[in-house]
Amino acid sequence: MASASVGQADTFPKLLLRNGRERGARVAFRHKDLGIWQSWNWAEVTEQVRGFARGLQNLGLKRGEKVAIVGYNRPRLYWAMAAAQWLGAVPVPVYADSVADEMAYVLDHAEAVFACVQDQEQVDKILSIAERLPGLRHMLYDEPRGLRDYDHGKLHAIDAVIASGREDLTASPEAAAALEREMLAGKGSDLGIILYTSGTTGRPKGVMLSHTNVITAAEIGCQFDGLNESDEIIAYLPIAWVGDHVFSYAQAIVAGFCVNCPEGPETVIDDRREVGTTYAFAPPRVFETMLTLTMVRMEDAGRLKRGMFHYFLGVAKQHGEKILNGESVPLGGRLLYGLGDILVYGPLRNRFGLTKIKVGYTAGEAIGPELFKFYRSIGVNLKQLYGQTEAGVYITMQPNGEIRADTVGRPAPLVEIRIDDNGEVLYRSPSIFGGYFKDPEKTAETMTADGYVRSGDAGFFDEEGHLKIIDRAKDVGKLNSGDLFPPKYIENKLKFYPNIKEVVAFGQGRDYATVALNIDLTAVGNWAERNNVVYASYQELAGHDLVYDMIAEHVDEVNRSLAAEPLMGGAQIKRFLILHKELDADDGELTRTQKVRRGFIAERYAALVNALYDGSQAADISTEVTFEDGRKGVISANVKVRDAKTYPVSAAERPVPARAAA
Amino acid sequence: MNAEPMNVSGSPLRDEGEVLLAVQNVSLRFGGVKAITDVSFDIRKGEVRAIIGPNGAGKTSMLNCINGFYQPQEGQISFKGQRRDRMKPHRAAAAGIARTFQNVALFKGMSTLDNIMTGRTLKMKRGFFWQALRHGPAMTEEIEHRRVVEDIIDFLQIEHIRKLPVGKLPYGLQKRVELGRALAMEPELLLLDEPMAGMNLEEKEDMCRFILDVNQQFGTTIALIEHDMGVVMDLSDRVVVLEYGRKIADGTPSEVKADQKVIDAYLGVAH
Repeated sequence: MASASVGQADTFPKLLLRNGRERGARVAFRHKDLGIWQSWNWAEVTEQVRGFARGLQNLGLKRGEKVAIVGYNRPRLYWAMAAAQWLGAVPVPVYADSVADEMAYVLDHAEAVFACVQDQEQVDKILSIAERLPGLRHMLYDEPRGLRDYDHGKLHAIDAVIASGREDLTASPEAAAALEREMLAGKGSDLGIILYTSGTTGRPKGVMLSHTNVITAAEIGCQFDGLNESDEIIAYLPIAWVGDHVFSYAQAIVAGFCVNCPEGPETVIDDRREVGTTYAFAPPRVFETMLTLTMVRMEDAGRLKRGMFHYFLGVAKQHGEKILNGESVPLGGRLLYGLGDILVYGPLRNRFGLTKIKVGYTAGEAIGPELFKFYRSIGVNLKQLYGQTEAGVYITMQPNGEIRADTVGRPAPLVEIRIDDNGEVLYRSPSIFGGYFKDPEKTAETMTADGYVRSGDAGFFDEEGHLKIIDRAKDVGKLNSGDLFPPKYIENKLKFYPNIKEVVAFGQGRDYATVALNIDLTAVGNWAERNNVVYASYQELAGHDLVYDMIAEHVDEVNRSLAAEPLMGGAQIKRFLILHKELDADDGELTRTQKVRRGFIAERYAALVNALYDGSQAADISTEVTFEDGRKGVISANVKVRDAKTYPVSAAERPVPARAAA
Repeated sequence: MNAEPMNVSGSPLRDEGEVLLAVQNVSLRFGGVKAITDVSFDIRKGEVRAIIGPNGAGKTSMLNCINGFYQPQEGQISFKGQRRDRMKPHRAAAAGIARTFQNVALFKGMSTLDNIMTGRTLKMKRGFFWQALRHGPAMTEEIEHRRVVEDIIDFLQIEHIRKLPVGKLPYGLQKRVELGRALAMEPELLLLDEPMAGMNLEEKEDMCRFILDVNQQFGTTIALIEHDMGVVMDLSDRVVVLEYGRKIADGTPSEVKADQKVIDAYLGVAH
């Protein structure tokens, strides 16, 4: 019996057993706890998951039932997924920072009967919505702190559940055999996981992926970049995000590499440095933050260091990418770059924890070209990938040597892509989802009759076969003048500046384009310190005239560059304002993956948007904010509006004379 | 119920708990200035006791008397039933009284970890010589202490600043580190001098959570000075109110809040 299953490892528990057998002594998981990296090898992980599965079985978990998993990246929460899958149950990872109401919706919609959570915070959150979740039978927690005095009738420590399960298995061979049968009964076509999309629009939808879907997706990625058991990654993105699920769970189990869980969300950069990961993925925001922090610190460095830094970054800009791409570079440039590597790039990569990096991906959102080029120029093989939860992540990827900042690469292996008449990207592959959970209507809207999935993004293939995404298909709009208005394109141009953290562009059906933005408190705060600008809060700094002047310069530069592009020139920014509060997912202004929700913001800040178009110089606004514990408060402010200079759309205004011949 | 204090296995018997520290008729003068005049109150085991009052009411002086930094001219203070005459801060510390300061008093150049480690000094048994060598038993001991410190770091959720010099940290975090150092002594009585001064709302809430957790999880008795009345009312079991060095009220938060003298002292209502 057992040998029959070996050849056909078509579910994650089976793959896990394979790892336990074939590479039992290799480290599978690490978790930094109490300042020390604790580690488990594959053999130990297999035993833990086996015991966990038995423990869950004892608590009454059955095939087909759903287990919610809530928390940050912890080994035991990943094991909970495997243990649930062992029994044929379906794990449903949930964003740990969702507010209670959002969580209640997902847990209720998913019909979760168990919840595996990280700590007291999550236990409290779920207890507070317990009356809305009649189906929830048991809750398991990883971190016991503060939970000692809770009623443990329905509450269990994961540790204890695993221990009792293991005891059970050693005591009773029948139980072990029964558990083995449960595992073997699983098939690749079974529902493996439900991932709720973060919901840029409307309620989150449960994307159903089978074991085969996820394993195929994982294999695509592993083969594409040659990932194997010697690789190391750090798991720090929300476990409910498809990227984390594929990278930190599926690929780790398929390829057998090691997953490192950081101590906490704030320690990721240091922890990554300690581990020296070889494979990394991050939304652009993470790379942006690292760069911003570095730039800010460099401003505080001594003159020699600062001079050296800027000089060699210039060298890197000129030659770095070409060297990484294997293009020809003059000898002098090579030597200079080599020197820079010793003095600046190497130490920088070390600071970022990217010294050993083999390949890094950015996904989730378009990355600013300058940002992208910066990392590549200092020798980090950063690539872009375009993916969606519905695709089991991969749609397009950039092959080595064909990397461009403005495209997202070629179709990933096994993926077919078609561009619809309205410019929308459609895709089909063996890893695409089986439908939205309990929502056949939405599924029908998204899937075409011939099995393609509508991505909702507008894009086109360039002459070399690379896909270029412009924006959400429904977001690319028109100004009253008939000029194209691509909001995201404008936003990304502005977000490249370290001083700007978040941008929302308006213009659809209006006479001209405008933006509302958030300054980056780290960068601008540092600038304020150096320039003796006194401020007590974000709000005060954001309203400061000098800050407005600084942002006005950025807007001006963006307008120049827009003017230089014939298609986009009409979308230059006529007026802008700096928002009085930071956009926050808790207030529903950003999605859980930190994308701006443009429509919602336009409604919430209607008074400000009106001011952008009625010519007034300032507007009053008060907004309700939600604190992390669910309480509400109100912030009011008088926000200034500034006019920006626009340029005629012509070659003469271009900042750099280029491209004419190209 | 209200017979002798039959303390059942350390459970928080708020009203009938045994007296941990008693202050009797204490007066403190600096030359001609009377800082404290004839104040008596007690702190019971396992409770959170707040000391409030307007500026200059003698709250910090009171804490300084309790941990032996000042010697009151009159009256006496007894800790765990033992009367103490000439108390020195280090002896108070050895007896199990730890404190934090109104103005953060950390070693600015040292890391968070090292700062908290200093809280373990009194618990270290090996002498300076052995510790300098960092060998054998001294090493084992250091590892043991480090484990306790790491538990505290985990408890206070300050992993990300473990290795940073505290001088660079924002104020709210420094306060947390200071609490960590006091906790490292594993005190029986923890004196907190305005633990929430200068914090924003979120930091205050975190701090409240930590104080309650310390009280409930470790069973540590806490005496705190605080200005934020909301915090005081939520956190404390009993409140003593001082004004111009005199005690004007003593009781549960709701009793104190309703007391006319307290309202007058705090709100400045005309008589």
